[in-house]
Amino acid sequence: MQYWTIQTLNSLALGGLLFLLAAGFSIIFGLMRIANLTHGSMYMLGAYAGASVLTGGLRVRVPGSDLALFLVASGFLLLFGVMRLARLRQRTMVYALGAYALVAVAACALMLRTPGSAFEGAITLPDFARNMWIAVAAGALLVGVFGVALERLILRELTGNALGQVLVTLGISFIVADFCLMVWGGDPIPVPTPPSLQAPLRVGSVAFPTYRLVVLVIAVVTAVALYLLMDRTRVGAMIRAGVDDPQMARAVGIPVSKLFTAVFCLGAALAGAGGIIGGPIMSAYPGLDADMLPLALIVVMLGGVGSLLGAFVGSFLTGAIYTFGTALLPDLAYVILFLPMIFVIAFRPRGLFGRQTV
Amino acid sequence: MAFSRRRFIQATGAAAGASALGFPAIVRAQGSGGPIRLGLMTVKTGPLASGGIDMERALVHYLKERNNTLVGRKVDLFVGDSGGVPAQARTKIQELVERDKIQLMIGPLATAEALAADDYIRQQHLLTLSVAAADDMTQRKPNPWFTRGTSTASQCAHPMADYCYKTLGYRRMVLIADDIAYGHEMCAGFQRVFEELGGKVVQKTFPPLTVPDYGTYLAQLNQKADAIYLGFAGSNGFRYLRQFNEYGLNGKIKVVGGMTALDEAVLRNMGDEALGILTACWYSAEIDNPINKKFAADFRKEWKYDPGFYAAATYTEAAVLEATLKRINGRIEDKEGFMKAVRGIKVDTCRGPVSFDKYGNVVGNVYIRKVARKEGRLVNEVVHTYPNVSQFWTYDPDQYLKNPPYSRDYPPAKNLES
Amino acid sequence: MRVAGWALLVVVLLGVPWVMGEYFVNLGSQILIAAIFAASLNLLVGYGGLPSLGHAAWLGLAAYISAWMSLKLGLGHWITAPAAILGTALVACVFGWISLRATGLGFLMLTLALSQVLWGTAYRWVAVTDGDNGLRGLSRPAPFGLSLDGATAFYYFCLAITVLAIALMAMFVASPFGAALRGTRDQPRRMGALGHDVWLIRWITFVYSAFWGGVSGLLFVYYNKYIHPASLSIQSSAEGLLGVIAGGSGTLAGPIVGAAIVMLLKNYVSAYIERWNMLLGFVFVFIVIFMPEGVVPGLKRLWSRWRRK
Repeated sequence: MQYWTIQTLNSLALGGLLFLLAAGFSIIFGLMRIANLTHGSMYMLGAYAGASVLTGGLRVRVPGSDLALFLVASGFLLLFGVMRLARLRQRTMVYALGAYALVAVAACALMLRTPGSAFEGAITLPDFARNMWIAVAAGALLVGVFGVALERLILRELTGNALGQVLVTLGISFIVADFCLMVWGGDPIPVPTPPSLQAPLRVGSVAFPTYRLVVLVIAVVTAVALYLLMDRTRVGAMIRAGVDDPQMARAVGIPVSKLFTAVFCLGAALAGAGGIIGGPIMSAYPGLDADMLPLALIVVMLGGVGSLLGAFVGSFLTGAIYTFGTALLPDLAYVILFLPMIFVIAFRPRGLFGRQTV
Repeated sequence: MAFSRRRFIQATGAAAGASALGFPAIVRAQGSGGPIRLGLMTVKTGPLASGGIDMERALVHYLKERNNTLVGRKVDLFVGDSGGVPAQARTKIQELVERDKIQLMIGPLATAEALAADDYIRQQHLLTLSVAAADDMTQRKPNPWFTRGTSTASQCAHPMADYCYKTLGYRRMVLIADDIAYGHEMCAGFQRVFEELGGKVVQKTFPPLTVPDYGTYLAQLNQKADAIYLGFAGSNGFRYLRQFNEYGLNGKIKVVGGMTALDEAVLRNMGDEALGILTACWYSAEIDNPINKKFAADFRKEWKYDPGFYAAATYTEAAVLEATLKRINGRIEDKEGFMKAVRGIKVDTCRGPVSFDKYGNVVGNVYIRKVARKEGRLVNEVVHTYPNVSQFWTYDPDQYLKNPPYSRDYPPAKNLES
Repeated sequence: MRVAGWALLVVVLLGVPWVMGEYFVNLGSQILIAAIFAASLNLLVGYGGLPSLGHAAWLGLAAYISAWMSLKLGLGHWITAPAAILGTALVACVFGWISLRATGLGFLMLTLALSQVLWGTAYRWVAVTDGDNGLRGLSRPAPFGLSLDGATAFYYFCLAITVLAIALMAMFVASPFGAALRGTRDQPRRMGALGHDVWLIRWITFVYSAFWGGVSGLLFVYYNKYIHPASLSIQSSAEGLLGVIAGGSGTLAGPIVGAAIVMLLKNYVSAYIERWNMLLGFVFVFIVIFMPEGVVPGLKRLWSRWRRK
């Protein structure tokens, strides 16, 4: 009895965690039809950022050449994206990028005169900042801004080019993964559990981690908030109109372009916040992104794309399948999450609650 | 983009000259006096990067201490990064051999990587000082070019079982490890010794390497056992232990661990929850010998953390290399001579005295270590030493090799409950 | 003109072992293997409009069948190779039947899930696959008594198979069936209305694509003489897909170029640049920004624009 109580709580807590992970993915896919394969990276970025905020700062030691590669290449992308957004003439852009390349090469040559030089730096945060809510806000903000840049500067130009979107989002996830390795190193980094929630909750003979229950509550609150946003507000109505028929929405004067950016930002911010909230359970480690992305995909495919309810039900269903599946059929641990999904999609390609086929 | 730094770690200008001047006799004696071309096969990207980066740091540290010169010959170091993928490890080893013309390889890191390269090492007669723990590479299918100065997966598990039964008095234990060969072999070794002494392994679990959450495994944990043995590597042991505490299991059931579960690399990010946990390993940054004291202090000074399993691994292998080269006057070109010599050396290293059995595996101390707090950081304090432990423990090698290799299902677990 | 270009490429590739060292010859073999893999995936992605993220299943399955039969049953390559290909094709018949119940992202997820099932099986079914240890101690075949153990011999073997594979795939695409396939990609409804069995066309392509994926798997296992579950992983599938898209999906040369880019970055440039994963990511992003349709079509466009000037 006690065993099944704990396993049930486990499955609910995992479901909550998965909802925080997958909600953003679902919203983005529902409106924009973009399979955002950087979603796992955004989650990981959030987890690392949160770990740094909660441990009071960050100390980095990066080889100069590695840093130069990152700065020059991402600077180039940023510059190009902004110029393209500003609709500059092609010739102007070529000159500007050429000038940028020259300056960058010169700067690198100067900086890397001594081989093996390294950049060292440290950020220390004041004590009051070491707070879960501040960490969540900081992570959501950081990843949200990252999402806006990604959407505006790169993905916007790829509307309708699904394969291009796959390539660019996976490419960015490579960059983010290596960036995290460069900045935070290869060691797993714990995201501290808020002190007041560290002790397990005991009811009778059952002990269960308090923090996991908090995650469950946060997930439910987030779900309700998102539901209200979608269902009761003007913005939500616009989004729903956009999901159902983008062309018609545009025709009736809904600013679909701005809406896209806002939704992408929201989805990214949710992923970043999810990374921190899930941090005390998952920690931040290299490979977290690759572990989480398939989970997000499973949840969304199972529940049905473009449906908040689907994501919600899909999360808890996945949590339950995983928890009870590995307990009852340990030999199927590797495939336990994929088998049910295969059945669902094979017989109902739109997922359980999907509004339309993908 | 670190062209020179990564590819080719140059000797500082002064040292390059000194090698020729300092030991003119040896240089002349060996005929081909060029630099020794040393390859390091490691993992610098992906989930295993933490250990792999330490491997490189410690090896570079060793060479730097000696002005990039071993036994009068300059050493050129070439580093390959496999990302932890076996097929890629093989390609990278090929690159080191065929393009960089390395004469000896230190590494690789992971068991599967060593197995992937097994036949290539044989084919190329590539001198290998391995860090990876694949048991059978020095047992039933010994590779004649393969020498291991670290340990097999089960080598440290045997004494840990002995210690658990005899000293700690545990009789019923739970084993949990990653579902990879390394985890299987470690648990199998532990189980064999523990059950032959009279103990019972009442539960044995192998969660997949990429398991998202251990909650469901923790709920299944048999709490009527005396203790749990953690055979994890990398970030998984760390995550498991954190969740173990979350579920309020701390104190209810004792925790002991394998050689990587509470490695220094993991400890540096842990808190008080790790205090008091006992693990067995062939190394600890706290070992009290002059070589290690200097190594650990210097390493800590440079990188701000204690060297662990992987750092000590390459540092030990480099010492083995140097001692062997001394024996054969630096003539690394003579491959048979090198392999014969390496099996006959006895050398003091950071992990203590090291020698080799005829299969090419190390015979050395295994330390039982306890996590303690010292100068504000967590360390693995040595509480007991098993001297000169062989990969066969106390068994007769021939008898030992007649059994099937350790695996997920061998030895069979007869005492499982629930 | 086009034929001349391909012939020139083959001549250049024939000359590689004469000019380059052993290492580059081996790298060349790996690029050729990756090229077959990517080209076979391209049949689905480029011509069929069906993005698969599970193509490594075919590479791994063929490799495992061949390795298992020669290790555990002691059979020769003349039996194991056709059996491996046949086995792969049979599994592909089933997987195709399941996967093609969806298109687009659903198809991508189904292929991903099914390949993960194979991956999990390879990890867990220790009795057959030896789990995480992988299968080792394998040999290369010796067709007509010619040993392929040398780097050069194996390279020529790969080159011959690659030329054959690309030629057959080109014929497949150029055939009326290929035209129908492209039709199902661009106008599935219209094709259905015209009396074509869209599902069947896709299914045949799926199996045919898996067939060549299996061939690349055989070459892969011959080359490495080792197979590990990692070869069936998502990463391995993603690498192939990224190569196809980066090179230019739906073109004959695109996947070859894309596979070469990925292999060179992974195996060659990575020796000089520690952050090669990051570089690979940036290369992909740059390709998408400047040539959204891939390198080969992008370069073609630039070339024709330059000529018009």
